[in-house]
Amino acid sequence: MDIPRNWRLRTQRYALVGEECDHCHSKIFPPRDICPDCGLEAKAHYAFSGKGEIYSFTVVHDPPTGYEDQAPYAIALVKLEEGPIVTAQLTDVDSAQVAIGMPVEMVTRKLRAEGEEGVIHYGYKFRPTLARA
Amino acid sequence: MRPVAVLGIGQTAVGEHWERSLRDLATQAGLAAMRDAGLEHVQAVFVGNMLSGLLTRQENLGALVADWLGQRPAEAFKVEAACASGAAAFRVAHMAVSSGEVDVALAVGVEKMTDTTSGETTAALATASDADYELVHGVTFVGLNALVMRRYLHEFGWKHTDFAPFSINAHANGARNPNARLQEPISERDYTRARMVCDPINLLDASPIGDGAAAAVLVPAERAYDRPRARVLVAGSASATDTLAVHDRKDPLFLSAAHHSARKAYAQAGLEPSQIDFFELHDAFSIMSALSLEACGFAERGQGPRLGLEGRIRLQQALPISTQGGLKARGHPVGATGMYQLVEVVQQLRGEAGPNQLDRARVGMAQNIGGSGAMIATHILRVA
Repeated sequence: MDIPRNWRLRTQRYALVGEECDHCHSKIFPPRDICPDCGLEAKAHYAFSGKGEIYSFTVVHDPPTGYEDQAPYAIALVKLEEGPIVTAQLTDVDSAQVAIGMPVEMVTRKLRAEGEEGVIHYGYKFRPTLARA
Repeated sequence: MRPVAVLGIGQTAVGEHWERSLRDLATQAGLAAMRDAGLEHVQAVFVGNMLSGLLTRQENLGALVADWLGQRPAEAFKVEAACASGAAAFRVAHMAVSSGEVDVALAVGVEKMTDTTSGETTAALATASDADYELVHGVTFVGLNALVMRRYLHEFGWKHTDFAPFSINAHANGARNPNARLQEPISERDYTRARMVCDPINLLDASPIGDGAAAAVLVPAERAYDRPRARVLVAGSASATDTLAVHDRKDPLFLSAAHHSARKAYAQAGLEPSQIDFFELHDAFSIMSALSLEACGFAERGQGPRLGLEGRIRLQQALPISTQGGLKARGHPVGATGMYQLVEVVQQLRGEAGPNQLDRARVGMAQNIGGSGAMIATHILRVA
């Protein structure tokens, strides 16, 4: 179900592609036709670095239908380096260790599966930033 | 534009109405309001509802409710603005009457939420958020509010228990409201020991869903003169929007749509916040009480909890809130909630609020929040 709907969002979901406003140079995610900062047209693609920090977080224990298999899961508002905040799940982390201000980076993970034979939706989640080897 | 009065009000109790359907509830509240107004016919019916399509698989509610109320061929349609659908329907009714196009309008808020499983209801409620950028990540409504509350605690240094007075006050008032879903008072100890739902929000920070309907009849003010009881005028009616998603806000801790709609309503009424006698606010979660008080000018930014801690929100104090239990105890049948708030304001202004009656109730305000703050309607009613 909803295959075209999710396919349309592939660049945002898989590569965190948003926009940069030609007029005020604001970085925009998700992309939209009108810059939320200056109100003028926004059209230029901009790929975000995927780096950011935790602005706020919580743990969902009572999930909506379709997310039961994942619960409990941590959800965060992640403030990206370039400015915008995104809502996403946290992954590869013990939720007891999560704190406001923690540096995180984007990874691509399974967002949800529609049953045994349904479509699997992938997209961005965030994990604690790995130290450089 | 002509002044508008609320001539009649009606409501069902909020609860799990296994024996009554969406249409039964809407009809019961609508007929009660018409009976209260002493009218058998209305020219228009505006139905506030959020979830009938998802939970009852029934749309076209305007026609359905008008038909079941015996009001064919009255103009009727549904108004949807998530949890603010009720106040949005009232606002449309107000626009219809104040413009002169309609002389008698009925606004009905109705929601039927207990026919489905809790997972289905939770998923349906989450559609008030951004489907592509919030909901797809498994966000719930309580989750969004938890994200806001945690950041609020972090930025302003409050403790979770500092929010207890909002919940305790609502339950104390709800315990004396026969229409409330929860009629049990709670203590601070109950609050601190309540089950965690979505950290930092626990069960006693969150309002319960429920089935229910509430309604009001609006007429031009001059039609309401020859009545024995107090005449209730709509002194201010406004709504405003903010970004749909919490993450798109420059300041996720400020309800800018509450600020804008309240400012417009104050200007229409010619009043300052200090002249509001009581406030039915949208305490779906205790954090929303604080944010609403701040955005409407009753508290400085980050200082909302102080009003609760100082006892100023209780009955007969400086700014009573949730006087019939609020969303927290009366219950939150989402699309009906805004109409319950307005009906309760009218009860107070008429002196018909029973054991929760305020000594000073000349000007009352109601504020209904849709989504996590994306659409907010503010109404000021007064006796005149």
